[in-house]
Amino acid sequence: MTTHTLSVLVENKPGVLARVAGLFSRRAFNIHSLAVGQTEHPEISRITVVVDVDELPLEQVTKQLNKLVHVLKIVELERDRSVQRDLYLIKVRADARQRADVLQIVDLFRAHVVDVAPDSVVIEAVGTREKLEALLAALSPHDVREIVQSGTVAIGRGSRSITERALERVAVTA
Amino acid sequence: MAQVKAKPTAPPTSPRPSTSGGATTSTVVGARPTPQADPDPSLNGRQMTGAESIIRSLECAGATDVFGLPGGAILPTYDPLMDSEKIRHILVRHEQGSGHAAQGYAHATGKVGVCIATSGPGATNLVTAIADANMDSIPMVAITGQVGAALIGTDAFQEADIVGITSPITKHNVLIKDAAEIPKAIAEAFYIASHGRPGPVLVDVAKSAQQAMTEFQWPERIDLPGFNSGARPHAKTIQEAARLLATARRPVLYVGGGVIRSGASEGLRKLTDLSGAAVVTTLMARGALPDSHPQNLGMPGMHGTVAAVAALQKADLIVALGARFDDRVTGKLSSFAPHATIVHADIDPAEIGKNRAVDVPIVGDLKDVFNELVPALATEHERHGKPDLEAWWHQLDDWRTTYALGYQPTADGLSNPQYVIQRLGELNDPDSTIFTSGVGQHQMWASQFIKYEHPNTWINSGGLGTMGFSVPAAMGAQVGVPDKQVWAIDGDGCFQMTNQELVTCAINEIPIKVAIVNNSSLGMVRQWQTLFYESRYSNTDLHTGHGTVRIPDFVKLAEAMGCVGLRCESDADVDATIKRANEINDQPVVVDFTVSRDAMVWPMVAAGVSNDEIQYARGVAPAWEREENA
Repeated sequence: MTTHTLSVLVENKPGVLARVAGLFSRRAFNIHSLAVGQTEHPEISRITVVVDVDELPLEQVTKQLNKLVHVLKIVELERDRSVQRDLYLIKVRADARQRADVLQIVDLFRAHVVDVAPDSVVIEAVGTREKLEALLAALSPHDVREIVQSGTVAIGRGSRSITERALERVAVTA
Repeated sequence: MAQVKAKPTAPPTSPRPSTSGGATTSTVVGARPTPQADPDPSLNGRQMTGAESIIRSLECAGATDVFGLPGGAILPTYDPLMDSEKIRHILVRHEQGSGHAAQGYAHATGKVGVCIATSGPGATNLVTAIADANMDSIPMVAITGQVGAALIGTDAFQEADIVGITSPITKHNVLIKDAAEIPKAIAEAFYIASHGRPGPVLVDVAKSAQQAMTEFQWPERIDLPGFNSGARPHAKTIQEAARLLATARRPVLYVGGGVIRSGASEGLRKLTDLSGAAVVTTLMARGALPDSHPQNLGMPGMHGTVAAVAALQKADLIVALGARFDDRVTGKLSSFAPHATIVHADIDPAEIGKNRAVDVPIVGDLKDVFNELVPALATEHERHGKPDLEAWWHQLDDWRTTYALGYQPTADGLSNPQYVIQRLGELNDPDSTIFTSGVGQHQMWASQFIKYEHPNTWINSGGLGTMGFSVPAAMGAQVGVPDKQVWAIDGDGCFQMTNQELVTCAINEIPIKVAIVNNSSLGMVRQWQTLFYESRYSNTDLHTGHGTVRIPDFVKLAEAMGCVGLRCESDADVDATIKRANEINDQPVVVDFTVSRDAMVWPMVAAGVSNDEIQYARGVAPAWEREENA
């Protein structure tokens, strides 16, 4: 089983996300993360799915995804040819005694503190999953109260745009 | 960055020519003229309710017969339906019946079948038929009422999330809350249902949208940038397939239901004649090539003929045509056709390589595939001569004669169900008879012992295996093709699931005939209990047959429903009873053929084992080695 990152371009219509997720869940594939948002074109949304799956079932689920009427295009983004990032927000208990320690870790990982209270801080960290897991490990001696993750978003390196052709097709028929 | 799959751009053509105004819009690349069987330009711009818009849209889309049952959330639509001069509505007695009727109608005519139901339980009663249509690629549009838009999500009376429920079992579905969207949604539903690999589309319309006023606007073209209605077959793969067919020594054409859906029987006939290959027609493809054709070995699979099963197992080349390597055909997949190179042609790219790895994939409509493959093969023959298939046919003919389909006389003296079904086939003209069936033993016998000469004359539930399919499907087929005789071959178990539609048939003068092959039990389950559960017959006795309490009495039941009821209890009466039934054409007829319960369907490949383990009859395995050395 290997981890794959898929970018799924879909028409921005109700129920699309449920249909896409349904095709994975029906086959009991483990979805690591799923992130959705509008693209540069308001009629097109982009779903980034990170999933653990072998090649053959991946091909099958990709073909099934392509059959969904509102799915425009599916591209697999390989790690070394794309930029892949997650965003974490981490709430850590830190009073005056611990704060310096925590802030040092934040600096080391080039993260930011985005909220400060007398007994806690909220850290915002962006990076690859590996980097963010390392950050969590470094914070583990402290009292981590809450973590929230954005899910991976990914984009291909270089000048090519995967939305271009999909855009043309939507523009032509719109 | 690896592109997994970009959808090929669909050709900007419509199979149905637009009769008005299409010329200006069809030049736009990627957009397709709206298929419009019955255009009425004067409708555009007219003010009407959403409900009327539904009816006008169905008319514009070409619907002439619909099956349904009203209820609260679809009531607004039933009012203008009453005045429609173009649409005949058949009031069913259960929504499942409307779904199967729409399927039978679509299967028999090739048109899109339409069923209508109300929200909640009305819609959920359609679910089985929708799933069935999805598995067997039947073009169908289901219109359901939904509670008013303001009530959606409040657990309102008769509310069910039917779009959510049917998402995995429809080709597409949509909830409409704005009346203005109705014509576009229905135009798209018909387009999606009938283009590419056919399938069911559900349009759920909120009651508030049905009641709102709107300006009718039938879309000039279909805008579905993400919908792929099928690519042209690739010339290179066609060439390769032709080369393989010209050089194989043991070629088999493995024909599936796709050939029938594509209307490609003529092309199949040409390829069969030119290639000289053996042909097997799956349960969904019976009739795609006439059974009288000398190269047709019949049905492959779990209850296929020994010749068809063995041909696939021993083939060096299998050309799969609109078939999907279903487990009921392949048996244990890892030992299926171990020596065969696989050419797989299908309109749905997701079928290719799904179950069996493919050497030559061809994506395209089978009509196009045949149009291109036949001349390509002829060219190969001109260059290299025709292959010598004499040894292969010698072996196939040996299997065919040694292990011909047959059956043993019953031990209890009651009729053989196989005999009844065989006579139904022989006493009805294959040119003017459509057979439908339920699911189980009678279905397998009807597939085995009736000889089909034309596509769309055999209508059954193959993929989903829906018991109770035959009566409502026969009703739909009869409505679609009134000049043919429609016989529903049913079991006593199946019949008790959906016989209420005989009331619909009687009231609406839909004169179907039903042959209940009554073995007083859930026969196929009983057969498995005999073979795999030490004859412990847990819950398979139905008490409907000879020497039982006969509850229900099918003859009385038929009469109560306004049909003619006949009973036949011995071989001697079979012919006379069938002839008598055929003489009655103004009323539905139900014949209760009481038969032996111990008859079993043979040959058989047990579930999950290799096709090599096929048994010709109980405990009788074909002697492969003998033929191979012959």
